[in-house]
Amino acid sequence: MDMVTNIPLFTIVLSLFSGVLCMILGGKTARRYTIIYECLLIIAVSAVFAYTMRTGTSFTYTMGEFPAPWGNEIRAGILESAIALLFLLVQFCSVLGGFHFVDLDLDESKINLYYSLINLMTAALMAMTWTNDIFSSYVFIEILTLTSCGVLIVREIGRTTLAAVRYMIMNLLGSGLFLLGIVLLYDVTGHLLMVPMREEIQILAQDPGAFTVITLAVGIITIGLGIKSGLFPFHYWMPDTYGWATPTSGSLMSSLVSKCYIFILIKIYWRVVGIEVFEQMHIRTILLVLGMCGIVLGSVSALHARNVNQMVAFSSAAQIGYIYMGIGIGGVAGFTAAIFHIAAHAVTKSMLFLTTPRLAAVSGNSLLFRELQGSGIRDKNAGVFFTVSGLSMIGIPIFAGFSSKLLFGIAAVSSGSARKMVLVMLVLAVSSMLNAFYFVRTLIRIYTKEKKTYTSRPVRHRVSYNIPMLLLTAANLALGLASGPVVDVIERGLAMFV
Amino acid sequence: MLEHLLLNYEETAAIILFGIGFTTLLFQRNLFRKLIGMNIMDTGTFLFLASMGYIDGRKAPILTDGIADAGYYINPVPAGLVLTGIVVSVSVTAIMLALTVRLYKRYHTLNLDDIYVISKHLTEHR
Repeated sequence: MDMVTNIPLFTIVLSLFSGVLCMILGGKTARRYTIIYECLLIIAVSAVFAYTMRTGTSFTYTMGEFPAPWGNEIRAGILESAIALLFLLVQFCSVLGGFHFVDLDLDESKINLYYSLINLMTAALMAMTWTNDIFSSYVFIEILTLTSCGVLIVREIGRTTLAAVRYMIMNLLGSGLFLLGIVLLYDVTGHLLMVPMREEIQILAQDPGAFTVITLAVGIITIGLGIKSGLFPFHYWMPDTYGWATPTSGSLMSSLVSKCYIFILIKIYWRVVGIEVFEQMHIRTILLVLGMCGIVLGSVSALHARNVNQMVAFSSAAQIGYIYMGIGIGGVAGFTAAIFHIAAHAVTKSMLFLTTPRLAAVSGNSLLFRELQGSGIRDKNAGVFFTVSGLSMIGIPIFAGFSSKLLFGIAAVSSGSARKMVLVMLVLAVSSMLNAFYFVRTLIRIYTKEKKTYTSRPVRHRVSYNIPMLLLTAANLALGLASGPVVDVIERGLAMFV
Repeated sequence: MLEHLLLNYEETAAIILFGIGFTTLLFQRNLFRKLIGMNIMDTGTFLFLASMGYIDGRKAPILTDGIADAGYYINPVPAGLVLTGIVVSVSVTAIMLALTVRLYKRYHTLNLDDIYVISKHLTEHR
């Protein structure tokens, strides 16, 4: 057994340990520790990714050496390690790029606790990506919910507490449904590990009665995780939650936490239910419709938003709609597009959430559109990064957003259903137009000269801000220009899921 | 249909409890009632799990009288899951109560609609 196979477990255990460690460190030390620790994690997970790519196989780590139907397992294939790498990279950029906002928003004595929460969040994200056991995924979903609520309430203004309560209520509904769903699946299959469950479900699905129960359980799980990730019509908590949080938290929650729930859902469809059985259910048609409604209505809400963070948050709702639309289209092409969009949206949205507070800082600390006039000229760096991510959101070629829209189009064409194809194309066209409308409007606004002078503090071009933003820009361009290899990785990873 | 429900009366009760809890959590405006709803919902799930895991006439799998036959014992995993679930539910309740206290200190009401109106009014200029 190679050393590499131990890394996935270590990413979880060491992150949990780091969470505890940060509680006793000082604020600045905790921050430095977290940043260095995440660098090391990125290197370690890259090694796992390289290993799985080279050998072309996945490996399973059995905890306590209990063989398959018993015990608890961690599994690493190409897709898991790629997603873990993406999550860590985005998290690293968000923490490094947003730490001076954290210093501004938080009480000095509480900064170490914030990084403690970030480390616990890493543990939950890693565990949910690697786990091969459905009950472990429930436990870590709850840990992720609690930590994301934690990073939201650290900024002590009334709105964040209210947003956190609403966020928690929606998440608790989701967790309750998810738990009921997995309990139902456990009752019919008698297993908690994903592979034995799938084998059992393949046999049970032949029987119409059992098929109904499985459909019910999978439906309940889908609704649960749909609520948690903000699928239409459960998206109304998003603008408050993302909009009022500390920028790092907003960026982490919109680009990682909601994506992680979707990833675990995709994992359940492929590894627990089995994709052939899932395609027989009508759940994906519902997801397709809800996804499309989310895209259009999220964009329309973004048009009406009064401040820029609200607009970005509503556009998140639309982007979540895209991912669910990909799942709804189905087939390898549909899922590939969905997973590609997870990556594309993660790198774009984290950038947007880290640039808007910089623009606000040079506009009298206001996020309102009318105050932002000319802010792109006052803070040139933030303006450029906002432009890059805005263009990616619209779907301009060479940026990541374009490639993912192209993939959705291809998936719809190859799905073989004319009605689906027309609908998807129509939604893509309408949503691109709406996206273009509200992002270009904002871009024009931030680059229009403003006569009023602001007496806010001068913008310092910090290296610690520019490096992560350049990294995210590079990732964005890489996804846009070299989408071929990325799609290849995703397809190989999905093939390993079976 | 009805006799199925009566035969599995524990599961039926569990699902009814889940429904009560879910709707309470979703529709009540008072935060405490929401929390109580959440706990009822979780309890429903635990009852479901526990009743599915129990088989009449069998014992807990602890080897005291030397019988190694699996047919003599019940599966301990559902009980373990229920315990894990209870731990999760307790910690979530604790954090929600802390949030409720914080909201009450700020807005002096537990009604979410009222809180929303007040906070919107306060942050209009942002």
